[in-house]
Amino acid sequence: MTASSTSHSVLDQPSLFQRLIRLLTDHETFLAYVLILPSVIGFTIFLAVPAVRALFISFYEWNLLTPAEYVGFGNYEYLFGDSRFWGSLGTTVAYVLWNIPLQTVLAVLIAVLLDRFSVALSSILRGLVILPWLMPNVIVALLWLWILDPSIGIMNVVLNTVGIQDQPFFGSPDQALPSIAMVNIWRHVGYTAILVYAGLKTIPKSLYEAAAIDGANATRQFFGITLPLLRPVLVFVLVTSVIGSFQVFDTIAVTTGGGPVGSTRTIIYYIYEQVFERRINMGRATAASVVLFIILVGVTLLQMRYLRSNQSDLADYS
Amino acid sequence: MKSIRKYSFVVLALSLMLVIGAVSAQDVTIRYWLWDTNQLPPYQTCANNFMAENPGITVEVDQLGWDDYWTGITTGFVSGDAPDVFTNHLAKYPEFVELGQIYDIQPWVERDGVATDIYYPGLADLWTKDGARYGLPKDWDTVAVIYNVAMVEAAGIDPAIFDSWTWNYEDGGDFEQVIAQLSIDANGNNGLSADFDKDNVVQYGYGGQVGNNPYGQTEWSMFTNSTGWVHNNGTWGDTYFYDDERFINTIQWWADLSLEKGYMPPYEDRSGLGSLALFQAQTLAMNIDGSWMIGSYLGSDFEVGFARLPAGPEGRKSMFNGLADSIYVGTDHPEEAWAWVKYLASEACQTVVGESGVVFPAIPSAADLSLQVRADNGIDVSAFTEQAAEEGGTFLFPITDYAGEINTIMTEAMDAVMLGQATAADILPAANDEVNSLF
Repeated sequence: MTASSTSHSVLDQPSLFQRLIRLLTDHETFLAYVLILPSVIGFTIFLAVPAVRALFISFYEWNLLTPAEYVGFGNYEYLFGDSRFWGSLGTTVAYVLWNIPLQTVLAVLIAVLLDRFSVALSSILRGLVILPWLMPNVIVALLWLWILDPSIGIMNVVLNTVGIQDQPFFGSPDQALPSIAMVNIWRHVGYTAILVYAGLKTIPKSLYEAAAIDGANATRQFFGITLPLLRPVLVFVLVTSVIGSFQVFDTIAVTTGGGPVGSTRTIIYYIYEQVFERRINMGRATAASVVLFIILVGVTLLQMRYLRSNQSDLADYS
Repeated sequence: MKSIRKYSFVVLALSLMLVIGAVSAQDVTIRYWLWDTNQLPPYQTCANNFMAENPGITVEVDQLGWDDYWTGITTGFVSGDAPDVFTNHLAKYPEFVELGQIYDIQPWVERDGVATDIYYPGLADLWTKDGARYGLPKDWDTVAVIYNVAMVEAAGIDPAIFDSWTWNYEDGGDFEQVIAQLSIDANGNNGLSADFDKDNVVQYGYGGQVGNNPYGQTEWSMFTNSTGWVHNNGTWGDTYFYDDERFINTIQWWADLSLEKGYMPPYEDRSGLGSLALFQAQTLAMNIDGSWMIGSYLGSDFEVGFARLPAGPEGRKSMFNGLADSIYVGTDHPEEAWAWVKYLASEACQTVVGESGVVFPAIPSAADLSLQVRADNGIDVSAFTEQAAEEGGTFLFPITDYAGEINTIMTEAMDAVMLGQATAADILPAANDEVNSLF
């Protein structure tokens, strides 16, 4: 924020009418609104309206085919009394904890490595690391279902050669969830690394030169300069990947179907079951969706607040 | 002259309208869905024959994988875009009846005088409730033992024993002896040896399917029901018996085949790609599977044989399951859809399906054709048909409401038993209470 933009008093602010006139006469502003209009329309039709509608549906017992019946908070009472719902929340949190720290650390490492290579080599490597992200989720899940099959998959063969015994992976209640997390990390880490790599490119080289003159080694430079200046990018990466992780579904549907013993039933899988295996129970499904929405808004606000997403440390250096 | 011209114009216009009307009246497309990729070719032939006989109707046949199939049907109901006619399953159709999404075809059956006694006994009745009828039978299935011929020969087992072997949950009978003999550890000891290392098995005697659903069609029902146990109190019943001692003991015996004895791969190993993949990778000597899977087993790189189920205390028992074709209530062309369903259930189409050898059609003469096709190729699959023909040799698929809920409850409970997290006696009575509280 510059000094000039904050020097106006409240009395200097244009009225609503003036702003409207300016909007219609200022071509650039007008063009900006025209350009974002398709997104706004799409957001309204496909996200905002369904989200509000879901809130209403959550107070009804409805299968979309016969008339809805108002049940007040009945669906929420059912959810809070259902041990499988609580189990699915716990499983989802566990999945996020498996997925996010590992994926973020790996992505930063890969990005830093990419940044060290020459431009030509880095381009090729960037293409390679993002390849898994270009594959459809279901294909990735099927691929790993074969690789991680305990009896005939290649992973156990590889593990055996380094002296590790056969692992059950998707078949074990203890390993199924981490296995799914690993598969999704494999798919997404390249994309995250590219985002971080782009963030690295915004850090002026002069800072590193100055630090080097002051005698800071590579580790010191990473923790003193790179990591703090990456914060806005990391906030974006964390917020989007946490939201994505809370919504994990397709890998689970293909590999474990929520089992064994419900150990991979995440909240989205619970919602899916309510609709497709419980006679299209839209009320309970939307109630669970509303709970998920509230959780996600809360988690996102906390992340943005504590990671100070709207500030850049770069200003401190300039 | 002028009036003739005027009239001829009117006649021409009218006849043109008639032609257009006739064309549009005949321009009817019926969408038909099925899930089994093996059955797509014979049913496409049926569709071609049907279209040749009914020039006004086009039948579009689509095949989707099992999971996508039911998700697609459900979303189709909601969006009003479900296929006009689709292959239906006994575990699914009660829900569709409750949601009011499939036609009661009994009035059409009566109007057109369609015979429902031409099928295997009991098949047509599976699709009726309170005088309404929700589908006409197309095929049936039983289960039987499938074995790796070379492994059985190598173990020195005479296949003749398969005709007389028995099973019980106390000591496993001849059946357990055979699978023990076929189980080999890394040191070459078989399961009958005192030195057999159950934690280091290279060849398992028996596969054991992993779908821990509430029915156990190919998993455990051939054992549980041969003790005299039944799933519930009859078709459209409202009480399940998963807390019965016979059921609990059988399930524990079955789980212990892998947990305690090492004759069956651990649950974890079977749950990924399933026991068919393990059988084809030659880590299993025997498996039990349904007749609709015959073609998949024959696709193995080695010779396979088919054998009768072991007889339990109450004889040999196989679940008898049957599919039918149902009509979606949202179809724009109910009469044409009915004509297609009637044709699918007719001798003409079932003969085509029988000649393909893929499944056993619902009409006995067509099922015999299927058996003959296999026999002509030197493959004896009579283990399936003899089971169906045996008096008291089959029991019907348990049809009830709440199949989805029961599936969730029982899958979790059975998973826990198979993984050794809980004993059958500890967990199944509670699961049974939860199931029965649904009704």
